[in-house]
Amino acid sequence: MGSGVGEQMSSIQDKVIQIVAEQAVLEVEDVSLGQSLADLGIDSLGLVESIFSIEEAFDIEVPFNANEPEKSEFDISSIASIIKAVEGLVKDQHG
Amino acid sequence: MKRVVITGAGTINALGHNVSDTLEAMREGRCGIGPLNIRDVDRLAVKIGGQVTGYDEHSHFNRQQIALYDRFTQFALFAAQQAIAQSGLEFSGELAARSGVIFGTSGGGLSTQDENYRAVYEEGKNRVHPFVVPKLMNNAATSHVSMQYNLKGPSFTVATACASSNHAMGQAFHMIRSGMSDVMVTGGSESMLCFGGVKAWEGLRVMSKDACRPFSATRNGMVQGEGAGVFIFEDRDHAMARGAEILAEVVGFAMTSDAADIVMPSKQGAARAIRGAVQDARIDPETVGYINAHGTGTAANDKTECAAVADAFGAHADNLMISSTKSMHGHLIGGTGAVELLAAIMAVRDGVIAPTIGYEEQDPECALDVVPNEAREAKVEVALSNAFAFGGLNAVIALKRA
Repeated sequence: MGSGVGEQMSSIQDKVIQIVAEQAVLEVEDVSLGQSLADLGIDSLGLVESIFSIEEAFDIEVPFNANEPEKSEFDISSIASIIKAVEGLVKDQHG
Repeated sequence: MKRVVITGAGTINALGHNVSDTLEAMREGRCGIGPLNIRDVDRLAVKIGGQVTGYDEHSHFNRQQIALYDRFTQFALFAAQQAIAQSGLEFSGELAARSGVIFGTSGGGLSTQDENYRAVYEEGKNRVHPFVVPKLMNNAATSHVSMQYNLKGPSFTVATACASSNHAMGQAFHMIRSGMSDVMVTGGSESMLCFGGVKAWEGLRVMSKDACRPFSATRNGMVQGEGAGVFIFEDRDHAMARGAEILAEVVGFAMTSDAADIVMPSKQGAARAIRGAVQDARIDPETVGYINAHGTGTAANDKTECAAVADAFGAHADNLMISSTKSMHGHLIGGTGAVELLAAIMAVRDGVIAPTIGYEEQDPECALDVVPNEAREAKVEVALSNAFAFGGLNAVIALKRA
């Protein structure tokens, strides 16, 4: 059962990276966890589109207001933080 | 070149169903934004708007008219009736042939589209009302006003998102100034407060869920509104000859394109439009005492707009007043410049500056006199009204005290 959760978590990571890579027009291998969206060349429109793709992929609602990203509960400072936030939302909304 | 004056005004919006109620609300800093009362509001994340309340279409239009008039057309006809009545003009013969209608709208008959998509997709119907097309088309408001008042000159509709009304009024101004027309009925109308209209805006994640607080450090987005503003632009000689009351003179207009980004505003594009309007008016920039801001309450617009004003006016930027009445009536999208022109008229004619309400905390990136929370009395020679659309299309109008 523990491994099941682990598998789900790693699949979330893979899917988020896949979404971000597609948005940045990069290969999945070129995206690393420590990078920010800006590092990948994703602008504000790309960010909003990435969040939409994440919501669609995981069937979750992501709380995010583009006017005050710093106040959002959804931490977008790095790919790792986005993955962590998505894992939390999936757990909360489908747990 | 002809001089152009405003001899009539009409409106319906969240602050009132006519000009005097709207201006009174602006003077008092009243907020017209509240809970949305629309179908399926529970499925929206954004549940507030500057909705027109206390309006019953059946009190103003008969069944046959309602079958043809989307809410945005009704608003335009409602406001046009007031404006034309105030001007005292009747259109026949040569005057009718040289007078037209130019309105701005962004969504046109969006409520009609929303309702009819619902019918065919959600309810599975295979038949829609025969008038869906003439009801939803963006030029419906323009055409119905031209038909109602016998306006037979140049008439069309402008759609440049949030700058639609300003582009429309700028075009009307140019037509009279160049001698092409004697009178133009102009302004704009919008009615996007339906499920699909709000849902689409939600997607961009720039909407506030609680209030529109332009220029305040605590701002968290825009709030949609609805309604119309309609004005009578008239050749000054024509107006003087018939002894018409003049509300203000339209002295300048400029439009620019950022040619940069589909949603992010550009300081350069906005500043060029502001500077352009002042130059077109052939006035000393220091005579500009008030700017009705585009002031959407988004992070991006407000700081870019303040930087553009600082850029265009230099040291004088600290002496002029700039406020956003969207804090009270919401963002009417394609109709917004028209309702906001009322605040510019109030500034030059009545010497009253509408406030930016909901202002809580200073933002160093918006360090101008934004007339926070309370209206102010001031003698203003020239007022500007800014509109900066998605797609980087900017349009600024300059009004002068008559």
